Amino acid sequence: MTTEHVDIRSIRSRRTLWQNTIRLLKSAPLSAKFGMAVIAFYFFCALFAPLIAPFGESEIVGKAYQAPSAAHWFGLDQIGRDTLSRVLFGARNTIGIALLTVCISFSIGGVLGIYTAVTRGWLDQLFSRIVDIFMSIPVLIFALMLLAMAGKSVWNLIFILAVLDSTRVFRLARNTALSVAVQDFVEAARLRGEKLPWIVVREIVPNILPLLIAEFGLRFSFVFLTIAALSFLGVGIQPPTADWGSMVAESKTLITFGRPQPLIPAAAIALLTVAVNFVVDWFLQKTSGLRDDQ
Amino acid sequence: MTNDKKRIRGEALVEIRGLKIEGYSDDKWHPIIKGVDLSLKRGEVVGLIGESGAGKSTLGLAAMGYTKPGCRISAGTVTFDGKDLVNASQEDLRKMWGSQISYVAQSASASFNPAHRIMEQVVESATNHGVMNRQTAEKDAKDLFKRLQLPNPDTIGERYPHQVSGGQLQRAMTAMAMSSRPDLIVFDEPTTALDVTTQVEVLAAMRRIVDEFDTAAIYITHDLAVVAQMAHRIMVLRYGNLVEQADTRTMLKAPTQDYTKSLWAVRKLEKKESKSEDIILSIANVDASYSGVVKVLDNVTVNIPRGRTVAVVGESGSGKSTLARAITGLLPPSKGRITFNGKELPPKLADRDRDTLRRIQMIYQSADTALNPRQTVRDIVGRPVEFYMGLKGAAKDRRIVELLEAIELGEDFIDRYPGEVSGGQKQRISIARALAAEPELIICDEVTSALDQIVQEEILKLLMKLQKETQVTYLFITHDIATVRAISDEIVVMYKGKVVQQGLKSQVLNPPYPPYTELLLSSVPQMDPDWLTTLLKKRSAA
Amino acid sequence: MHPVLRTVLQRLGLGLATLLAVSVIIFSTLELLPGGFAEAILGQGATPETVKIFNHQLGLDRPATTRYIEWVSGAVTGDFGKSFAGAGGWRSENVRTVSGIIGPRLYNTFFLAALTAIIAVPLALALGLLTALYRNSWFDRIANALTLTTIASPEFFVAYVLMFFFAVKLRIFSPLSTVNADTAFFEHVIRALLPALTLTLVIVAYMMRMTRAAIIGLLSSPYIEMAKLKGLTGRQVILRHALPNAWAPIATVIAFNLAYLVVGVVVVEVVFVYPGIGQLMVDSVSSRDMPVAQACALIFAATYILLNLMADIVAIVTNPRLLHPK
Repeated sequence: MTTEHVDIRSIRSRRTLWQNTIRLLKSAPLSAKFGMAVIAFYFFCALFAPLIAPFGESEIVGKAYQAPSAAHWFGLDQIGRDTLSRVLFGARNTIGIALLTVCISFSIGGVLGIYTAVTRGWLDQLFSRIVDIFMSIPVLIFALMLLAMAGKSVWNLIFILAVLDSTRVFRLARNTALSVAVQDFVEAARLRGEKLPWIVVREIVPNILPLLIAEFGLRFSFVFLTIAALSFLGVGIQPPTADWGSMVAESKTLITFGRPQPLIPAAAIALLTVAVNFVVDWFLQKTSGLRDDQ
Repeated sequence: MTNDKKRIRGEALVEIRGLKIEGYSDDKWHPIIKGVDLSLKRGEVVGLIGESGAGKSTLGLAAMGYTKPGCRISAGTVTFDGKDLVNASQEDLRKMWGSQISYVAQSASASFNPAHRIMEQVVESATNHGVMNRQTAEKDAKDLFKRLQLPNPDTIGERYPHQVSGGQLQRAMTAMAMSSRPDLIVFDEPTTALDVTTQVEVLAAMRRIVDEFDTAAIYITHDLAVVAQMAHRIMVLRYGNLVEQADTRTMLKAPTQDYTKSLWAVRKLEKKESKSEDIILSIANVDASYSGVVKVLDNVTVNIPRGRTVAVVGESGSGKSTLARAITGLLPPSKGRITFNGKELPPKLADRDRDTLRRIQMIYQSADTALNPRQTVRDIVGRPVEFYMGLKGAAKDRRIVELLEAIELGEDFIDRYPGEVSGGQKQRISIARALAAEPELIICDEVTSALDQIVQEEILKLLMKLQKETQVTYLFITHDIATVRAISDEIVVMYKGKVVQQGLKSQVLNPPYPPYTELLLSSVPQMDPDWLTTLLKKRSAA
Repeated sequence: MHPVLRTVLQRLGLGLATLLAVSVIIFSTLELLPGGFAEAILGQGATPETVKIFNHQLGLDRPATTRYIEWVSGAVTGDFGKSFAGAGGWRSENVRTVSGIIGPRLYNTFFLAALTAIIAVPLALALGLLTALYRNSWFDRIANALTLTTIASPEFFVAYVLMFFFAVKLRIFSPLSTVNADTAFFEHVIRALLPALTLTLVIVAYMMRMTRAAIIGLLSSPYIEMAKLKGLTGRQVILRHALPNAWAPIATVIAFNLAYLVVGVVVVEVVFVYPGIGQLMVDSVSSRDMPVAQACALIFAATYILLNLMADIVAIVTNPRLLHPK
């Protein structure tokens, strides 16, 4: 063995998962660190909104459209509710609904995508064709149609977006799982006589997990933006629930009077999706070399 | 090509001194070439030889004053025809490229632009540099095509790159390099992607044309036998350093460095064949196809004797890998039967029981894709131990360590990921995984062809040692005759889905040959500078 | 048959089949509603008689398959049936046709989309080419961070920021982009400029990144390196060797982004109160005027499918392997 070129990495001592994580985070570029800080801050606000918010979610505390003051940093809205408190509660509602939607969408699309990739055959053909058709209708347009039919409610919104979005998840999960399923090590497992669940869980999933995690981030920002757009258009999350999209729509007339108040919830949306994108961008770059790094 | 004193003229054409080249990756500059000298006279052909990572391509390109994107020359000088190429402007280099220096790349199909006809691309450098006008250039190109023995030299230029074969395209690229009558051509592994029988034709064509125009050349390859046919002088590179250099005959007869000798390590191995009548696996009249239309296996009959090694040899498209798929049940035959230990094997993988699966194991060409990068050696080797033998916990770990010792790796490898070990070690782990099942038959699909020579030799020796210890049978699929000679007892020659010949090694490798076997065997380059000359004489006489 | 023609026909057939399937999906959403549509529109208080008249006026009392065939064959000739708005009354002349409502709106939307495309496509291609040629430079890095930010922002954020600064603070444009049939062409351009700029910002970001990736992929091909080593000038390498192979990726980038515009217009039209088909769709969804909503959805989906179809056809007819078969 002396003649073989041994990699230096193999000599290095093994680190714990925690040490690895810390090391990884330290090596992150500024944009990714910024992104992670923003995401952490948002989740903090979302979790502890009732404790941090100075006023209640739909509590009327003064006159409509009151300008920002020491008591109300962001002013009051069209019926006299505190905008800052509504923004904080909005974090909880908007992020919560988007997260739930993406989780459902991944459970449907991810499971079906991996399953059809491994079994292939007619089921794969069928699902792929159906998904092709669904993907030729823009999500926002399709969602508008379905919401018009089913009626505006949060559960309809979550269900409709989850199903529409799962087609995208299906496409990605299927393609990445397929690229792993054709590898020799999967064939070796099949030749050994392994059953399908073992092959999926032990051979395929560990190899596509990083990509799926990155996709989760991207799908989250997409769903989050779609919900915001639908709420802004008046067919998403309905009042009096505080939500950033509808808050922009409710106060939009203020813009024409030169008051930037509607920009606050809009900026809150933008900041979160930008942050998620920064983190995903870095994560994707990192995972392309993850195999050697682990 | 070696006795060519009058062709090599005294003045130096290329002069490289103390050259260092670095490549950028992982936010750092890593050395690729660590201070190499090279000098080349007019009309001289020098061979650069080395294994993967030796820096031979980088050095060859540097002789043109070119570095790949992400690489830089950090020290040293490159002089071509008295001009300094390191500090030359892009414009000066551009004027030299394609007129005084030209390049022949490894993959002709990727290096020809798919959007233009072959002729257009062949004459481009000559017309572009004003060496000749379009009409003369086209006439000249047709003449070059003829000299390179391309079929239909007058019309082949009208075709598009994807319309001709790889071997033809490689010759067309040589015509392209020659079109402006350069002083120097850099050949970068031009025959590596070709089958041996095609390789002979391309080598002969390239050598003839370089001879006819007295062009100096740098010939880059990993195959010493190939370079021996082409070069006056050979330089051996390793890890970016020059190991040794000498004229071709001296290098082959009396290499001074151990490393140089190791470059033909596999050729020195030879297993003593032994006959056996006890057949473990019998393949009878098997047909198989992927689409149902074209037969990839056509009435194949092969018998594998127990405890021996049968090498299946053939070029790409011969059906040798498909044979493995038919045996393992991945591609059920459309006709014929396969019998294992006297019992017929169920054609489909799903119909075979666990014990049958255990008895036939497989090792793949590329350990990179055959080992799950997300599993440790413990998982990879331990799974078959648990799955087939039912061992768990400490007993399983003990068995894994035993297996690691059998493949000459220590127990400290047990928690490593495949990404943390070398290519040869990965292939050993693949072998351990197969051994863990305690199989009777192991199918080895090109298991050494992705490895460097010296590692190949070690793996082959290990396989032979394991056969002695466990009496396991090998079905060894390969395209490399040296490997066949090294490891087999019996040989099966395949061509276009059919078995041309099966017999003991001594029978197959000695006359009388069936025509295809003869063509295949005679096309394998030998460690003899006169091999190609002799072969071409013999073939033209026949 | 020539392989190019055969492949193009296959692709056209696939596009048509997709469009048909999409029309079935869009049509059947109407049938999904439990309890019938008239009650949902007219409310719980509607008398059975009103419901009957409503259903009869709109032909909803006939089988779904008949109505689907009528709807699709009508759609081909531009007739999308009657709007629900005003239906249910005693006087049937109050019922407007869907095409009458959509017609002028469609023109406005295409006007906005065309204006955006004229600004955005050349800009994005040029920027994409520049970032690809000067990759990893500061220019490239800043462009990367900026485009990532624009892509991640909701359209209405970009829209309101532009409106806040250019219309309200600087008073260059009017904050509202109201136009009607009498608006002169030049005036229309001015009014549509702010929404067009918003859309431009969003799609330039996407397009630039895609162009950059496509160009980098192209320039790293071995035949480009070969062309360089043949001593061709940078210009010759790009024009003679890169460009002939670039049409397919460029067409894909353009089609993808124009298709993206289709979605982008909805929000932007609402922000600027621009009377286009996007705003119409949102209004019809709010008032549950299903025939209008369905017609809008079908138009959006058809545009989407058509654009992708065109990109694929460009890729087919510029593929040398298909153009010059063995």
